[in-house]
Amino acid sequence: MEKDIKFFTNGKRIDGRAIDELRNIKIEVGVFKRADGSSYIEWGGNKIYCAVYGPREAYPRFLQKSDRAILKCRYNMASFAVEERKRPGPSRRGVEIGKVTQGALEPALILENFPKCMVEVNIEVIQADAGTRCAGITAASVALANAGIPMKELVPACAAGKVEDKIVLDLCKEEDNYGQADLPLALLPRKNEFSLLQMDGDLTEDQLEEAIELGRKGCLQVYEIQKEALKKKYITGDVF
Amino acid sequence: MSSVLSDIKKDYIISLLNNGKRDDGRNLNDMRDLKIELGIANKAEGSCYVQIGDTKVIAGVKCETGAPFPDTPNQGVFTTNAELIPMASPDFEAGPPREDSIELARIVDRGIRESGAIDFEKLVIKEGELVRVLFVDIHIMDYNGNLFDAAGIASIGALYNTKMPVLDEEGNKTEELMQLPMRKIPIPCTYAKIADSILYDPSIEEESVMDSRITVTTEDNGRISAMQKGDVGSFKKEDILDIVRRSKIRGDEIRSILKEKFSEMR
Repeated sequence: MEKDIKFFTNGKRIDGRAIDELRNIKIEVGVFKRADGSSYIEWGGNKIYCAVYGPREAYPRFLQKSDRAILKCRYNMASFAVEERKRPGPSRRGVEIGKVTQGALEPALILENFPKCMVEVNIEVIQADAGTRCAGITAASVALANAGIPMKELVPACAAGKVEDKIVLDLCKEEDNYGQADLPLALLPRKNEFSLLQMDGDLTEDQLEEAIELGRKGCLQVYEIQKEALKKKYITGDVF
Repeated sequence: MSSVLSDIKKDYIISLLNNGKRDDGRNLNDMRDLKIELGIANKAEGSCYVQIGDTKVIAGVKCETGAPFPDTPNQGVFTTNAELIPMASPDFEAGPPREDSIELARIVDRGIRESGAIDFEKLVIKEGELVRVLFVDIHIMDYNGNLFDAAGIASIGALYNTKMPVLDEEGNKTEELMQLPMRKIPIPCTYAKIADSILYDPSIEEESVMDSRITVTTEDNGRISAMQKGDVGSFKKEDILDIVRRSKIRGDEIRSILKEKFSEMR
């Protein structure tokens, strides 16, 4: 899929970043009234809302677990979030991302407190610009905290990838579309383990190791932004 | 679209209304705070965020090309779609559009279409063969009552915000951008009837106890372009005419807010 694009100029990437630099990330906490917890993230050109409902009684009832709550994650993209209009409604891509998002977030939650309940995470992409699943997981983790769901830790996510045989952090649109590899990761920072790992493209073993390490460092930066957003909400917010 | 509400709350709302008051302190004809932002999603050709109180709605416009309908070969195609996504309320579920979201989209659609807000003839590239196809997609983000007005204002805002590529005779995109051929600003105003009171811009609590509602869409010249009575219940003729009068005044106010936004945009 590599296209004739010049990915680096004087050591800088297409959008002017260094190879280990994230795009700008801004997180707001508690943006909706109805939801039990919510957040809004701007990550480069991505604009994503997240709302959390629950814990409440799980339905359909056969999904209920007697020892803990279940986590449902729904990822959806607005029809106008991309260049070519996306047909509204569920897509195979969205269903898969919802599933890996659940897998990424659940290990950090303490769902044993709420048997037979469910916690629902809704991720809504309003503007997509590469890396929506990582941005969605990052926002969702903050929204879960805002909803007061007990958790062991926050879950930051970030992708690493390869363009022109160089390992780079947080792929932009051109790098994602025409680069050589994409490796989205989510990190459990305290446990120092990865709860999201996907990869497509072509990497050697050494490159993979380098990419995982770069991605881990990216996640840790995202983690700081998540914590700052939550602190900001509860220090200056209207909770007091 | 109503959630379970205790009879106590209902009695409380009705007893307040009997004294001309509402539980959020508004008068019967007051609107909650209205906030409008244009151009919030730049992958869309046009977009608009509208907040009425705690109700938050985003509308986006996408432009494509396609064949016209056989019965209107000299007109562009216009489609409105609304999604009551689970994000917006614990009562909304994922899946294909249900009654409520279809009714919502159709009320918004009629208000815009019937007012002649868009000059559809200017959306023709080759008569009978190729026309512009406009999609307005409405996303309900936070549902706290009166989706009709929020969705209608967001949609007309997004249409006015739209910048799309100029097309050549074959329908190929050129570098140049143009706005949609817009002519009017239709504004929907929704009133709820609870017991004997008629109140503007119902909150979610009021919607859950209302007997009925009416949405009236008016245009710049005071004409009425669409109406819809919803839910169970009925209205007297005098009430309907009174609601129309109130909608015209309110519509003008909201139109002037929008016009100011549009002039800032240019």
